[in-house]
Amino acid sequence: MLAWLSRFATVLDQPLIGKSRLLVAAAFLALIPTFFVPLWHMSFGAQQYPEGLDLYVYSHALVGGGEGGNDLTEINVLNHYIGMDELREEDFTELKWIPLVIGLIGVLTLRTAAIGNLRSLLDVMVMAAYFGAFSLWSFWYKLDFYGKNLDPRAAVNVDPFTPPVFGHKMVGQFEVWSFPAFGTYLLLGFGLFLLGALFLTWRTTTGDGESPLATSNGG
Amino acid sequence: MTEKTKHRLIALPMAALLVGGLISCSEGPPSGRGGRGGAAGGSELTNAALATYVAPGDLDEYYLFYSGGHSGQVFVAGVPSMRHIATIPVFTPYPGTGYGFDDESKEMLGEYTWGDSHHPGPSETDGEYDGRWLFINDNANGRIARIDLKDFKTKQILKVPNISANHGSSFVTPNTEYVTMATRMSIPFPAGTYADVTEYATEYKGLVAGIHVDPESGEMSLGWEILVPPFNYDLGDAGKGPSEGYFFWTCYNSEREFIEGGKLEVTASQKDKDYILMVDWRAAQAAVDAGNFEVHGGAQVIMPEDVSGIAWFIPLAKSPHGVDVSPDGRWIIGSGKLSPTTTVYDIEKIQAAIQANDFEETIDGIPVLTYESVREAEIPVGLGPLHTQFDDRGNAYTSLFVESAVAKWKLPPYEEGADMNQYVLDKIPVAYNIGHLVSAEGDTQSPDGNYLVALNKLSKGRHVSVGPSIPESAQLIDIGGDRMSLLYDAFTEPEPHYAVMIHADKLDPIEVYQRGDPAWPADPDAVWEVEETRIERNGNMVEVWMLSVRSFFAPDVIRVNQGDIVRVHVTNIEQIRDELHGFAVDEYNVNLVIDPGETKTVTFVADKPGVFPFYCTNFCSALHQEMQGYLLVR
Repeated sequence: MLAWLSRFATVLDQPLIGKSRLLVAAAFLALIPTFFVPLWHMSFGAQQYPEGLDLYVYSHALVGGGEGGNDLTEINVLNHYIGMDELREEDFTELKWIPLVIGLIGVLTLRTAAIGNLRSLLDVMVMAAYFGAFSLWSFWYKLDFYGKNLDPRAAVNVDPFTPPVFGHKMVGQFEVWSFPAFGTYLLLGFGLFLLGALFLTWRTTTGDGESPLATSNGG
Repeated sequence: MTEKTKHRLIALPMAALLVGGLISCSEGPPSGRGGRGGAAGGSELTNAALATYVAPGDLDEYYLFYSGGHSGQVFVAGVPSMRHIATIPVFTPYPGTGYGFDDESKEMLGEYTWGDSHHPGPSETDGEYDGRWLFINDNANGRIARIDLKDFKTKQILKVPNISANHGSSFVTPNTEYVTMATRMSIPFPAGTYADVTEYATEYKGLVAGIHVDPESGEMSLGWEILVPPFNYDLGDAGKGPSEGYFFWTCYNSEREFIEGGKLEVTASQKDKDYILMVDWRAAQAAVDAGNFEVHGGAQVIMPEDVSGIAWFIPLAKSPHGVDVSPDGRWIIGSGKLSPTTTVYDIEKIQAAIQANDFEETIDGIPVLTYESVREAEIPVGLGPLHTQFDDRGNAYTSLFVESAVAKWKLPPYEEGADMNQYVLDKIPVAYNIGHLVSAEGDTQSPDGNYLVALNKLSKGRHVSVGPSIPESAQLIDIGGDRMSLLYDAFTEPEPHYAVMIHADKLDPIEVYQRGDPAWPADPDAVWEVEETRIERNGNMVEVWMLSVRSFFAPDVIRVNQGDIVRVHVTNIEQIRDELHGFAVDEYNVNLVIDPGETKTVTFVADKPGVFPFYCTNFCSALHQEMQGYLLVR
């Protein structure tokens, strides 16, 4: 284990091989559309809503489905009966910093593709993983906050609840589904491309004789 | 959200990562259109049942717009189910939608509380229904209205000077340049003039008019009127194809007399022939443009004595009702109610006769074409032919009032000297006494040839009894095969005079007035946020800017002094379909219904002191009953 760690430390300055650089560049390209497609999709179905209601979370916006995006208004109208605060874009600070962070990660990714080594690649990966985990927690926290802080004077009393972050839940007469949307799959793809890049360069460092790493091990 | 979409979202393959594309929210489509015919075999009854059965959740294939006669409205039904779906109020207040209660519709209705809606005419582009507007005439008060088919609401009622009993209306040119109006019951000219009926032949006049339609907005304005002899101008049609550019109207009482106590039914039936009046509307427009008109009662009136080449009479069997142009535009079909035949004219022969000055006589400056020169054939369809519609296979369908039947017959060409009886292909009895009939897109250039609705005047005994005020009947007939077959009986409010059947795909109505949609200009008095709502007093005028949303009004208390003028603008800020709100004030005869995104205004005088609840009349939510407020009149 120690030997592995020390080997790890010694190869961090290993420049990325060509194929890895291509994959990192591909990862960068995968980030670009995430600004334009939804990251998360919540949908609400009930007997009297034959088309359902949809809510799309973009990196920078909260967008209702339906004509003119009116599903968001409708969700708010319905929620007022149970005393839930209105979902307002301006209350979601996430929508301000998420695009910024994606942009930062993108710049670092591009840098790695151009002049990077394993160290800078790992930096980007660690940062992206943390960003992903934090965003998910933040999303859950927000939903939980809305579901738990209900106006006690509301017309309809329901027990505080956490709306689903991932999966399905019955809320009153509504079936609520919540699933990642295309943008999140793109972010996953971004991670896979980086993993692939890491793997390809890492592999060359463990080859026999050819790679500097093998030499250093031998020594 | 459908199951399918959900699964697509979950199962979105990683392989698609770099393939761009938004995840779309697919609307649940209707599960089907039309009846369930062909779903199973069986007897004739089973087939008819399946052909008209529109299963729960399925949609009809056609809109049927049928006039409500002296109810003043237009009704909307679906075909083939024949279900009455909606009433579009036009000439008569309709509390159900608050029509005639808000300031705007009250002003549009003017001094009248009823009208006699007769002949709905859809707007057309290139001879096909384009689904933009529906025009409808008022036979009682010289008016014509326009319904916007985007929101199914009456947008304009135009009162036209001089026209008396506007019956020969609302027939639309193939590109909606004009819609017709015509005087059915002649009066002294100009309107308002007094002359005794003993001077009928000379002092009374008929009029036909072309109402110009703005191609963008649909706004109607009077184009021209033509002074014509004091006959009764009845039904009409606009030419198409080779006959495009002409209007046709039937007319009766060419005896031009009204003898006191002499019974018009007798005096108007003395001559063997009455006429079709044919008008070249482009020539009429040119005459007006050239200044060849007189102004009477504010209307530009063309005098045929002074301007030739605009109007002609075509002789037709007496007491005619319908004149209908075949889909290809070549054949003009006139039906005299008291004749057992219907007459086919050839537009080419008509044009040749005009070229050759082949006239029998001239009446008040209008030449009468020689009957034998323009007639193509007389078809022995049966007794009491009234109105003709068409299919896509060269056949015509004529209603027979006296015989209570529909006759199917073949359009020309005919063999020389052949027995015309052979061209009458089929006949189906109807219950009872059919007036008009309509086939699917039957007066366009491309009828669909599948359904026909017989609009019958009498329905005696075909429904559970409802006492002596018996409704009319409308029967759905399958015309898709060689033989016509009866599918369904429906019963209608008084009293359909005419109908049009438009394929559902041609219409695309909105269901919400989207905030910010440029197609629906914002009402300056709309308020969208509770913070914007307010009450302002200006002298003795109290003006309220109110909003309604599930399940409250803001503001919900209005305090005024007795005698104040109260003006309330209510905006329904809902943006989802079917969330209508009402605004009714008890004891004050206030009844608004505001559709999602709509603003309506009502003005009234608070002349009764006391406290008056106001409330939402249109059920909106579980807490609809709680949606109320108070008008306090001190």
